Amino acid sequence: MTKIIQKTGMALFIAAIAILIGSLFISNYQLADEVLKEVISESQLPHFKQNIEEIKGRTYTSKFIFLNDLDKVIQSTNTSINDYNQIGNQNLDNVSSIDDYNAGEYKVKLTKKATQGILTDHSLLMLWLTFGLGIIGALLYIIPKIAKSPGIKNDHIFHSANTSGKGWIGYIIGGLLILFYVLLYWYPQYITEWILLMDPISYSLNGGEASRWFFYGFLYTLAIVVMGVRMIIKYRHSKYHIIRTISVMFFQTAFAFLIPEILIRLNQPSMDLKNIWPLNYNFFYDYNLESLLSSGNLGLFMLIWGILLIVLAVPLFSYFYGKRWYCSWVCGCGGLAETLGDPYRQLSDKSVKAWKIERWMIHGVLVFAIVMTSAVLYTFFTGSGSFLFMDSYTIRQVYGFLIGAAFAGVVGVGFYPFMGNRVWCRFGCPLAAYIGLVQRFKSRFRITTNGGQCISCGNCSTYCEMGIDVRWYAQRGQNIIRSSCVGCGICSSVCPRGVLKLENGPEAGRFGAPILIGNKSITLEK
Amino acid sequence: MKHIVIVGNGIAGITAARHIRKLSNNKITIISAESDHFYSRTALMYIFMGHMKYEHTKPYEDGFWKKNRLDLLRDYVEAVDVSQKTLKLQRQGKFAYDILIIASGSKSNKLGWPGQDLKGVQGLYNLQDLEAMEQTTKTATRAVIVGGGLIGIEMAEMLLTRKIPVTLLIREENYWENVLPPEEAALVSRQIKSHHVDLRNKTELQEILSDANGAVASVLTKNGEEIPCQLVGLTVGVSPAIDFLKGSTIKTDRGILVNRFFETNIEDIYAIGDCAQFIEPPIGRKAIEQVWYTGRMHGETLAYTICNQKVAYNPGPWFNSAKFMDIEYQIYGEVSAQPQAHEKHIYWEHENGQQSIRIVYHVATRKVIGFNLMGVRYKHAVCNAWLENEAIITEVMQNLRHANFDPEFFKKYEEDVVHQYNLMEPEQPIEVRKKKFWKIF
Ligand SMILES: Cc1cc2nc3c(=O)[nH]c(=O)nc-3n(C[C@H](O)[C@H](O)[C@H](O)COP(=O)(O)OP(=O)(O)OC[C@H]3O[C@@H](n4cnc5c(N)ncnc54)[C@H](O)[C@@H]3O)c2cc1C
Ligand code: SF4
Ligand code: SF4
Repeated sequence: MTKIIQKTGMALFIAAIAILIGSLFISNYQLADEVLKEVISESQLPHFKQNIEEIKGRTYTSKFIFLNDLDKVIQSTNTSINDYNQIGNQNLDNVSSIDDYNAGEYKVKLTKKATQGILTDHSLLMLWLTFGLGIIGALLYIIPKIAKSPGIKNDHIFHSANTSGKGWIGYIIGGLLILFYVLLYWYPQYITEWILLMDPISYSLNGGEASRWFFYGFLYTLAIVVMGVRMIIKYRHSKYHIIRTISVMFFQTAFAFLIPEILIRLNQPSMDLKNIWPLNYNFFYDYNLESLLSSGNLGLFMLIWGILLIVLAVPLFSYFYGKRWYCSWVCGCGGLAETLGDPYRQLSDKSVKAWKIERWMIHGVLVFAIVMTSAVLYTFFTGSGSFLFMDSYTIRQVYGFLIGAAFAGVVGVGFYPFMGNRVWCRFGCPLAAYIGLVQRFKSRFRITTNGGQCISCGNCSTYCEMGIDVRWYAQRGQNIIRSSCVGCGICSSVCPRGVLKLENGPEAGRFGAPILIGNKSITLEK
Repeated sequence: MKHIVIVGNGIAGITAARHIRKLSNNKITIISAESDHFYSRTALMYIFMGHMKYEHTKPYEDGFWKKNRLDLLRDYVEAVDVSQKTLKLQRQGKFAYDILIIASGSKSNKLGWPGQDLKGVQGLYNLQDLEAMEQTTKTATRAVIVGGGLIGIEMAEMLLTRKIPVTLLIREENYWENVLPPEEAALVSRQIKSHHVDLRNKTELQEILSDANGAVASVLTKNGEEIPCQLVGLTVGVSPAIDFLKGSTIKTDRGILVNRFFETNIEDIYAIGDCAQFIEPPIGRKAIEQVWYTGRMHGETLAYTICNQKVAYNPGPWFNSAKFMDIEYQIYGEVSAQPQAHEKHIYWEHENGQQSIRIVYHVATRKVIGFNLMGVRYKHAVCNAWLENEAIITEVMQNLRHANFDPEFFKKYEEDVVHQYNLMEPEQPIEVRKKKFWKIF
């Protein structure tokens, strides 16, 4: 019976994904005159209109052709603007041409508004057939797992084509995730239908239409909540996992998703109040600082709050509870890793070599983030665009592209099925590097080992998502204190001999000498 | 510089090698037949169940051995020539040593049943057994396991993950009754049955019957019942793997006879781990110690002797652990299967029937003798200190919460145990000190 329910659930889920992907190809596109002024800036609008003849009123069945023509319109608009700027209209201001960034935004917005067909005629139905069906399918697949007795159930993880790191399902899922992130970051005009689907929800939350980041935020939250349910069922014998999973579900839903949307509705600057610099790398960007400084008390509060998180909350909480207070209880990236990513935790590389690379990379990114932010702040305060013979805008752009998008998104999530669920947190996150330094050098957190009980089986190391060779410490009776440990507690759960315990305690003797109790033949001073 | 040759790359041999390397510059060669590298035998079940791959069970990276100048040789030792100080290897022929450490481990017992060598009949000790199990389970639709020890239950759990129904034959009334007190034995038996294992108590194997191709067709029990099956797991204990010593002058009984320095009757030959048998076992210990950590302690202790810091083997109080399906088990000290006249047992069991705590103390001296835990984790360091210092029961009861090692947020049951004690000893009840709430920092 449970098998049938699960299979039905999986079928529904796959159907929902298929419909979702299919929905990209079933619309017509027609650009109506009145949307232009909602999208195009006032000064550019007349020039744009001059060039739109060919596309105006025409109904496209292919999005590619539509976008192609739109590109041409944008190009000829720029030519018109150039011409206009050159033929002496001295008494008027120059019109700025449509740069790449603008062009991207225009394409997304115009395509979205030009879309016609089932998606616009039956928007709620389509929302149900995609997201609704997906949620129901996923839950039908997940919930029957409750029939198994509580306890660690890792059977067949390395036999599965999904979770063994080498199976075809894993490759497909990884491929789809990577493709998704590439489209989301660099070609959002190809997924405007999905953004369109979000409009009803967006209107009800923030009063406006959906942007691609609204769509992404919604999807992200959904993934954490649904897979959070899975996580809770899987580890329901452990209160530790139940509580911390509810915690990441809450922080994602409330802090990362709902509160910022409600702030928008209230015409306030929107902010994810738990997102800390340098993970939140644009916190010190000029536009953010300006927006906060110009938004009265609330803006000022947010600015101070953000700074207090960096200078006070991180050292203090990390001192008392270790990195886990953030990385596996609060953070959104961590939240996704602990829920959506949990099936892949065993794929992290445990070699000493990987550890070496990790240390260079993650601290490198931290330095990069600090240099980038210094440059941006320097420019903000002095107005000078060059910082130590570098151009602060270029640094900022390179950082956003390499770290913010490519690393955190494409690699960070897309590589779940290949390198485990914490690639970003382990190799790339500058905030993790910062908290890690606190955890390593000034914290009460440690994982203690239980005397001589370790049988070197390797479960702990295998299931450590951060690639820590936990066994190496456990089998010599030494406390585990590593800057990368996110305190997920899974090593302690999968250990069949009850060897590992996450603890906060006095700093004295925290590192501990490697002691394996039981052998009185050997005295300790050696 | 001496050439130290170690037979067997299990925990005993490897630990000896590592510590000899730490303490000296001798040349060290480890010869072993089963695998190229040291792996964790205790994790065999997890490989089969898909929790891990073989690679994950290796406690050290492959580069470790070269870096530490530990030479590995994959070969089988066929004989030892003690007068010439050479080994006869299956592939390489003669191999000389200055000091020989035998750490050849165990092999699965077969008690002479008719049909015990049929195809599909096997023990579970090494990688080859695991491979055999992979083969047989491709087609098997039913399995019978004989023997109610720790490996039998592991094998049952393994087979269940392949959806093969398992019948487990045990001689006793309840599982592992010769080691576990009745309540724990019943608790584990319930656990086994709740996982749909067909547990047959008071049932012994008579004979294994074959089909036309020399493979298992069924087993016959002493009660006269025939159970059809294609796989028979024989898990009735292990015994030292010392067949290759036949004909040498090294003295053996069931295992290789050693004193407390692991010296055999021949100079420069030592034996450690599962294959060694103490002529005079340490107090409270068996003559043959067949667990992981004893192999490790043997190896470490011997390394000192070999590196000229001669030291006798002196293990602390007994401890061990295991896992029965979903239930973890830990023991510290001595817990007898049948409460003795001079002992008192405090026993608490959760109403879910899956967790229990037993503490044993001496009636007259009131010294604590042992802890038995099901589904609850206790701290080795704390229990060990109590046992070594012969703490009395009131002291232990008062401080019991310091022994708990369960993860954060887990419900603690130490108060229930103390309550149980107070019911038993109403004259001098113990008050439990509550944990202060600010201690969460
Ligand atoms: C399935 C299983 C689960 C277990 N679980 C636990 C547990 O949870 N906790 C626990 O404490 N103990 C457990 N044990 C017991 C524990 O694994 C053994 O006590 C321990 O491995 C013995 O170590 P050893 O080094 O003495 O020998 P071994 O690990 O047996 O190593 C000896 C090696 O020597 C090789 N060898 C033998 N003879 C020769 C020869 N003539 N030439 C060349 N090579 C040779 C063998 O092939 C073998 O690889 C378990 C055992 C098994 C089989
Ligand atoms: S060491 Fe344990 S708690 Fe830390 S990250 Fe690894 S599995 Fe999680
Ligand atoms: S899981 Fe437990 S017993 Fe196994 S190696 Fe890790 S600490 Fe040791």
